[in-house]
Amino acid sequence: MKSVVTVIGKDKIGIIAKVSSVLAENHINISDISQTILQDYFTMIMIVDLTKASSNFKTIQNKLEAVGQDIGISIKIQHENIFNSMHKIS
Amino acid sequence: MHNFNNIMETIQMIEKEKLDIRTITMGISLLDCCDFDGKKSRTKIYDKITKYAQNLVKVGEDIESEIGIPIINKRISVTPIALIAQASNDKDYVAFAKILDEAAKAVGVNFIGGFSALVHKGYSKGDKILIDSIPEALSVTERVCSSVNIGNTRSGINMDAVRDMGKIIKRTAYLTRENNSIGCAKLVVFANAVEDNPFMAGAFHGVGEAESIINVGVSGPGVVKAALEKVKGESFDIVAETIKKTAFKLTRVGELVAREASKRLDVPFGILDLSLAPTPAIGDSVGRILEEMGIESCGGHGTTAALALLNDAVKKGGVMASSHVGGLSGAFIPVSEDEGMINAVQLGSLNIEKLEAMTCVCSVGLDMIAIPGDTPDTTISAIIADEAAIGVINNKTTAVRLIPVFGKTVGDEAEFGGLLGRAPIMAVSKFSSSDFVNRGGRIPAPIHSFKN
Repeated sequence: MKSVVTVIGKDKIGIIAKVSSVLAENHINISDISQTILQDYFTMIMIVDLTKASSNFKTIQNKLEAVGQDIGISIKIQHENIFNSMHKIS
Repeated sequence: MHNFNNIMETIQMIEKEKLDIRTITMGISLLDCCDFDGKKSRTKIYDKITKYAQNLVKVGEDIESEIGIPIINKRISVTPIALIAQASNDKDYVAFAKILDEAAKAVGVNFIGGFSALVHKGYSKGDKILIDSIPEALSVTERVCSSVNIGNTRSGINMDAVRDMGKIIKRTAYLTRENNSIGCAKLVVFANAVEDNPFMAGAFHGVGEAESIINVGVSGPGVVKAALEKVKGESFDIVAETIKKTAFKLTRVGELVAREASKRLDVPFGILDLSLAPTPAIGDSVGRILEEMGIESCGGHGTTAALALLNDAVKKGGVMASSHVGGLSGAFIPVSEDEGMINAVQLGSLNIEKLEAMTCVCSVGLDMIAIPGDTPDTTISAIIADEAAIGVINNKTTAVRLIPVFGKTVGDEAEFGGLLGRAPIMAVSKFSSSDFVNRGGRIPAPIHSFKN
């Protein structure tokens, strides 16, 4: 199952490191990353694959949210379906 | 491959523009719950609802978390109770409302719709008992919603029922007087009621429906408003196109949720209702969309045209995005539930006469309007008759959900709380309609030719 991780917040050192270590600990592969900085705001989108994940979706979601709260940024994980549904006709 | 901007657009719609799924409503047929013994019938009803809907709330919450969009309400609609209860010998149906309330609490849904009667041509024994039970039923239950269909295009308007509903609304207001007559917020009087509406308070599971279905109502006035902010000053061609594209995107998410819910609950997908449903939150208002189109304050001249365009464009955009569109599907204008409309009433730009005109071109009708508590029941009946006439003649659904707030008058305000919002008391005509209403009988079905 592919999901989309979005990270939005004030830029600081170590955001990518913290997010990717949570993913690695849970056996989640990152298949694509893009990021940009808009008016001091760090915005990152990761496409991740949960096929081999060691925890369930809810647990991973809670862990990512906890890291987000720790460093004061918003981290979300959503199933890719919502983006496919909204933006693609197939 | 995913496009960065597309993903950010979706996130922005959810985070900033309050895109949400307003409701997943499970329709459940109770036709097999009839029994000569009312008590046995109620046991069957309770058992069936709690069995069919046991996972509804959990599945709704799982989908919400996985795809990352709020699903505000999980609800249940059932077969109109008048049809079920009249097999019994019971002389009032309050106990049926109580069992619906208990079942709703047991499965954790916030509303259950279907304490209803369909009397567009006349009363059967049970219809009359149900209608007489409404005031008490709504005052002793918390989550039960009631509706009565008093007219339709093929049979005209049942003016006996219209007369009676004025009294029922007043009585409900009185019995729930301690809470700003909130019972009336859970009572809808329809003309041309639809059988697959997922929205409360008017939802019921029609007799033509399957055993059980999943209907989903989307929302998103804030998203439409935000999209229109980007085309300021452009022509109506651009406005209509912008609304269509936005409605398409909103509806696609609703379709996804409906399909997922249907799959996980193993219940067939019924319909998606495209309605733009506002909330009292800032940035989630249909009134503000109309103002964005260039009306200084909602209710000013041009409002009806703006609403007509909005309603039509939402349908055009949404219809292609879903395999089955149904319910009410348009723009709702519930005054107390719309921050922009509340503001417009307070500014004096929006009155009940303009709202009546607006109901000619939008889905539903005079919705969540607080009126003085001393309004005569015949005046309320006459308002219902006017609204029903608009629906019956124009072949559309119309509804009346008025709250004659006990002890309050123009200048006061009634707070209902939560999604029901707050309403400034609006003035109604001081002139009497009682001789008109008291005639009774039926207004014949309209002719379907010579349309002018």
